[in-house]
Amino acid sequence: MIVEGTALVIEGDHVDTDVLYPGRYLNVVDPEEMKRHLFEGLDPGLRARLREDTILVVGENFGAGSSREHVPLAMKAWGIRCLVGKSFARIFYRNCINLGLLAIPCREAAGVARDGSRLHIDMGTGRLVVDGRRFTMQRLPGFLLEIVQAGGLEAWARRRLAD
Amino acid sequence: MPQTLVEKILGAHTDAAEVSPGKIIMVRCDVVMANDVSGPVAFRAMERMGARRVFDRQKVVMVADHFTPAKDAASAALLRSLENWCVAQGVTFYGQGRGGIEHTLLCEEGWVVPGAVIAGGDSHTCTYGALGAFGTGLGSTDLAFCLAFGEFWEAVPGTIQVTFEGSRRPFVTGKDLILAVIAHIGVAGGVNHVLEFVGSGAESLTVDERLAVANMAVEAGAETGLFPADGITAAYLRGRTARPWRAERSDPDAEFVRRIRIPLDRVPPLVAAPHSPGNVVPVEEARGTRVDQVYIGNCANGTLTDLRQAAEVFRGRHVHPRVRAIVVPATRAIYREAVREGLIDVFLGAGAIVAPPTCGACFGGHMGVLAAGERAVTTTNRNFRGRMGSRESEVYLANAWVAAAAAVAGEIVHPGEVLSSGVAG
Repeated sequence: MIVEGTALVIEGDHVDTDVLYPGRYLNVVDPEEMKRHLFEGLDPGLRARLREDTILVVGENFGAGSSREHVPLAMKAWGIRCLVGKSFARIFYRNCINLGLLAIPCREAAGVARDGSRLHIDMGTGRLVVDGRRFTMQRLPGFLLEIVQAGGLEAWARRRLAD
Repeated sequence: MPQTLVEKILGAHTDAAEVSPGKIIMVRCDVVMANDVSGPVAFRAMERMGARRVFDRQKVVMVADHFTPAKDAASAALLRSLENWCVAQGVTFYGQGRGGIEHTLLCEEGWVVPGAVIAGGDSHTCTYGALGAFGTGLGSTDLAFCLAFGEFWEAVPGTIQVTFEGSRRPFVTGKDLILAVIAHIGVAGGVNHVLEFVGSGAESLTVDERLAVANMAVEAGAETGLFPADGITAAYLRGRTARPWRAERSDPDAEFVRRIRIPLDRVPPLVAAPHSPGNVVPVEEARGTRVDQVYIGNCANGTLTDLRQAAEVFRGRHVHPRVRAIVVPATRAIYREAVREGLIDVFLGAGAIVAPPTCGACFGGHMGVLAAGERAVTTTNRNFRGRMGSRESEVYLANAWVAAAAAVAGEIVHPGEVLSSGVAG
């Protein structure tokens, strides 16, 4: 599984899901509408900088706090290809994997990537290339890779029900 | 092989042969819980998974608490869809006016027993650790999977053992203890781990105080915050639940990720200053900080214990003319008991607003959100930027004594100062 794209850096550590998607919009259920509120408490201008091949590059403990899946749902609705971060908060990380949105912890790569950097990620070899510089990432546990490759936990569950 | 408490609990809820930190296993749920915010998103995902019925309707419980009473038409529609779904599925539903804030409520109603696994569509599901249960917060897709299959995938967490040593100073509550822990290990210090609270200072805490401590385990990044069950747990559960349980604890020679000690004689009343629960300072260091709003409530600190502490400050005193104070009893039962004890009368007499049980303004939803430039002292659990309203507002987290004292003084003060100042006739 290979993912390629262009970096958009979200600065700072411990960026919480409240700033990524403020609580007042939690009464929204449609991901297309969730899109409109992504990053609102952080920097709404980030939305205009999303491209069709955006990979978000983030800091430590990204996605801390609330379990609101609205955040990765909105990211997925925008077509964000994956996230590369120094580290991720647990529930946010689960939510990403469950939606088939790769969240890759790789401190070194997240540290060197700049806005516009080209990223090439090979889940098979565990190699991550940022503007030609090679990094090795921690391999995703087999079961989680299976979920991502199925397209998320929903699809994985459909298969399980069909069996 | 010696095991930690969380390994024992998860081991009893899985078919996996090996339950050691980092291993990914499937864990069976005893209870699956969601609310008006996480539920409807999960129901759609469950449908797309192809599951028409929940795995076991006796084990599913839904609570209307976030946008209740309905804030606007969109919230009303959400609450309506939650109720309709519960009726169609035949699961337990605590509707508006019938329950309260999910975590306080589920403990109160006997859904939570030591050793149980509870999957909740809310990050503060970790509160159930107060009763020795593995309560953990999950997102909506996880929740959908739990509703359909009664299980979730889990990377077995390590355990950080926190020993509270000795006895507390005056005006120090569960809130201060957990703030001290977060200050010690950091807001990401517990990621992929659970916290386990032991020692004489943990054993002496009441269940209300344990709820406050466990509630903010997630603010240290942890999956839950476990208090091994003891006599206090048993006394609390008596008459509340028919669910079987037994007390377990970590083996003395179990392997911990880390062990930390918090000598309680060194913990003063604390506040977490904006904009992080880890930005912890003694209340004295924040002294003189002007306040616009005080909010006493939420799943962390809306218990009877908190209301009694606040009432002790408010009795015979007035909310500062510049300040609005909002008191939110966490559940209907707490509200009724507060009426019986005369606490509500004290709040109203002091000039405070008493709101119905709701998550309300804690998450910036409604019922007391903040304007730009405003500052609040609250007993809630998160003070992220913009959490309670405007991005330009500020939140200080504190215990109920400190919050009530700030309401009276119009600024942050040590509650002892207000209480020793006498009452105005």
